[in-house]
Amino acid sequence: MPQFLLELFSEEIPARMQKRAAEDLKKLLMDALSKAGFLPGGMETFSAPRRLVAVVEGLPERTADVREERKGPKVDAPAQAIEGFLRGAGLTDIAQARVVSDPKKGDFYVADLVKPGRATPDALAEIVPDIIRNFPWPKSMRWGEGTLRWVRPLHRILAVFDGEIVPFDVDGIAASNISEGHRFHGTGTFEVKDFEDYEAKLSAAHVVLDRDQRKAQIKADAQTLCQARNLELIDDEGLLEEVCGLVDEPHVIMGDMDPSFLDLPPEVIRLTLRVNQKYFVVRDPKTGGLAPHFIIVSNVKATDGGKKIALGNARVLAARLNDARYFWDLDRKASLESRVPKLDTLVFHEKLGSVGDKVRRIVALAGEIARLVGVEDVAAARHAALLAKADLTTEMVGEFPELQGVMGRYYQLQRGGSAASNQIIADAIRDHYKPVGPSDHVPSEPVAMAVALADKLDTLTGFFAIGEKPTGSGDPYALRRAALGVIRIVREGGVRFALAEKAAGNGLLDFILERLRVSLRDEGFAPDVLEAAFAIPDDDIVRIVARVTALAKVLKTEDGANLVAGLKRGANILRAEEKKDGAAAQGIVSDALLAEPAEQGLNQALVAAESQMDQALATEAFDTAMAALAGLRGPVDRFFDTVLVNDADPAIRQNRLALLVKLRAVSERVADFSKLAGA
Amino acid sequence: MTQIIAPQTAPRETPCSRALAAGKVPSFQDIILTLSDYWARQGCVILQPYDTEVGAGTLHPATTLRALGPKPWRAAYVQPSRRPKDGRYGENPNRLGHYYQYQVILKPNPPNLQELYLNSLYEIGIDPSLHDIRFVEDDWENPTVGAWGLGWEIWCDGMEVSQFTYFQQVGGLDCKPVSGELTYGLERLAMYVQGVENVYDLDFNGLGVSYGDVFLENERQQSTFNFEESDPAMLKRWFEDAERMCTHLRDKRLPLPAFDWALKCSHLFNLLDARGVVSPTERQSFIARVRDQAKGCAVLWAETQAPTQEEVV
Repeated sequence: MPQFLLELFSEEIPARMQKRAAEDLKKLLMDALSKAGFLPGGMETFSAPRRLVAVVEGLPERTADVREERKGPKVDAPAQAIEGFLRGAGLTDIAQARVVSDPKKGDFYVADLVKPGRATPDALAEIVPDIIRNFPWPKSMRWGEGTLRWVRPLHRILAVFDGEIVPFDVDGIAASNISEGHRFHGTGTFEVKDFEDYEAKLSAAHVVLDRDQRKAQIKADAQTLCQARNLELIDDEGLLEEVCGLVDEPHVIMGDMDPSFLDLPPEVIRLTLRVNQKYFVVRDPKTGGLAPHFIIVSNVKATDGGKKIALGNARVLAARLNDARYFWDLDRKASLESRVPKLDTLVFHEKLGSVGDKVRRIVALAGEIARLVGVEDVAAARHAALLAKADLTTEMVGEFPELQGVMGRYYQLQRGGSAASNQIIADAIRDHYKPVGPSDHVPSEPVAMAVALADKLDTLTGFFAIGEKPTGSGDPYALRRAALGVIRIVREGGVRFALAEKAAGNGLLDFILERLRVSLRDEGFAPDVLEAAFAIPDDDIVRIVARVTALAKVLKTEDGANLVAGLKRGANILRAEEKKDGAAAQGIVSDALLAEPAEQGLNQALVAAESQMDQALATEAFDTAMAALAGLRGPVDRFFDTVLVNDADPAIRQNRLALLVKLRAVSERVADFSKLAGA
Repeated sequence: MTQIIAPQTAPRETPCSRALAAGKVPSFQDIILTLSDYWARQGCVILQPYDTEVGAGTLHPATTLRALGPKPWRAAYVQPSRRPKDGRYGENPNRLGHYYQYQVILKPNPPNLQELYLNSLYEIGIDPSLHDIRFVEDDWENPTVGAWGLGWEIWCDGMEVSQFTYFQQVGGLDCKPVSGELTYGLERLAMYVQGVENVYDLDFNGLGVSYGDVFLENERQQSTFNFEESDPAMLKRWFEDAERMCTHLRDKRLPLPAFDWALKCSHLFNLLDARGVVSPTERQSFIARVRDQAKGCAVLWAETQAPTQEEVV
């Protein structure tokens, strides 16, 4: 079956957009083809710096004819109706229609219509220009005197179906069978018959069409280069993805760095290499630290084997690192303490004041929290909070905002000495931003925890107070992340405090509890279990998590699962009887009225369980409390098996209802079991 | 408007090729002369620097204003750029408070602008078979004049040697046709071509004069002025005067002199900013004031560029 090959050849497409563009092209082409009645046998799309490519296999030469029966009026219908039918069906004479007899409706006309299929190229000539004109580039542009928009100027459209050019044009760019290869290594344009021919000619013209192949080649060549010098390549998938969009044919070269730069903080070197220069970083396995080398992925195979390219890149890198060294030297001239007043000139948020204002709030809050998280030296926590944001005024953080905190730590170590007490403050400056993502570490040193919690709680309280809450579509101040940070620090550190006292106001408490519920759900707790446990009002994260965990655990036991059924049954009976009575069941269980052994047994068991639970809950031993509750399973089952609640004697009935009320009350000390699904 | 001369690309002798043939590296001025020679051959008007302080070559009216309107235009020029905040007292080998940009504008952009640009590199001695030249996404935006465009930074062996932009809007108005704009960072390019690590070591003229001989003292003194000696109160007064002048000239529908005063506002703001006396809130308001003036000039200029009845017929 014939094949369709499409290449959209343009000036260099931004690396970050290429992969997505190939996916979009696939989807748009597939949708348009199926809408036009095609069922392609297969489709692949590709992206390289200067081209987007699609190859569609198994297309017919034309779409199938579509046959349709159109029912007309009865044979004795008025002339007008028959004329209308002829017009609508495109017939010239009623003799062209059949007469069909129906026992109920009588005789009527039927026209057999054939909508002839279209030649595939005709359909493609409509589909492709439409896709080009409406392509969803994140940013697009015009060029020259035209009005067409594309990501960068579009120069050529190769559109070949079954060896022939598909005839169309888009804003003066006529479809052709012409392509070209690498910008520097190619040898001009060439004609293409089909995909096989295209791939072979591209390859000869130094273009590796498949991005996965380019990536694999870069990785393999980089590793080979490193191994030859007993070095280790530091993997960087994000960079690999970007770099493979910058080269048509990758040529991997190792460059050398002046080892004296290794005095700079490794984070600075890595960012300079990676972000500014798009080099891969290399590690020396002997020292475990960075090696004074780097990996360049060049787009050209230089005639001198890449010597000049390696030298040129090394020089550029040296200039960059010299810049970094200039910042490093300059920044170290001033202590973080002396930088604090400058924070008053940095706006945190228009309505929440300067960063200086924020720092004053964090200092106070960190002081309050310090004891709660186990800080012995409260002054240290306040001091760390005071210095936490001071590196925002440094040149290095101005250049690399990603290094906030990291640089503050270095500068504090440089000026404040290596005493353990200063080390703690320096680490807290770095770690108070953590955790920044789900895989990031959570601070565990008390001073860092205090500052981290203070910073996040201040951010949350502030933005909630001015009504800047996250919405379904946006969270510009990363408040979800801040809330999750609070939750993780509190959970992992076992920090105990009433959240309502530190994070009150404007729905903030509910917001944090909701984040807790979401993260517990992500950890695998069933929604109904969370619902049941969260129904007990509480604002202590550690206690809430302990309750949820214990509940989930007891529900997995046979006694626990069966108890739920018993509790539900009791709750249902209560609900039904209360409805009947039009009043809530209440009262105290009277021992004298307990006639049956099963009800006496349940009552005794309840009294015993209640006292066990009292003890357990006093020490937050939720497992023990849940076990005591689960121990009621036998008495509850026996009660429902042998006792009829709805006794004829109203006093006995009332007493049994009171027993059920007691059962419900006891169970509700750990969870609202009515929220549980099933059972 | 005179006809744009058709490009001619026949190889010919240039100051750079002469230096290379003599086994020498091209000097700083060889590069400038060669670029001018090359772009003159592409039909560009070779202009001289604009005589008002600007932060970037783009702000020369030959680019900012001429990018608007329907008339074809090709120009190339060197523009000294003043960035008071970037001054480093002559102590940083890569940062300068005053440096040169080579600026090219071709309107409408010819379809082979990338090739024309690469040929210009070839002419100044950068051989694409020995160097890794790449087009790396870099969208350009200058909110002060309401301008933006899409394009790339051009990397040569990892160094950004030029900025390549297809202008989409200036003064908030669509550019029709689209101009192609090239900005060469001349010092960096020359450092690359000469293999020099410190900008002040650049060979300026091939006859023993270095870039430092010409500019080092200037960097020192201007840095002292920018960071220590400028008078913020005076700068603020001048800013307000310049702003008033600009408004007045716009009222009189004189976009060209008005634009000069908008540029002065911009430079005075840059001086204040370097002096560290602009609070963040003030900063926003200063930028907005400069933007309003500059955009206003651009819009007014575009009105004067609309085709007359005669031209339309």
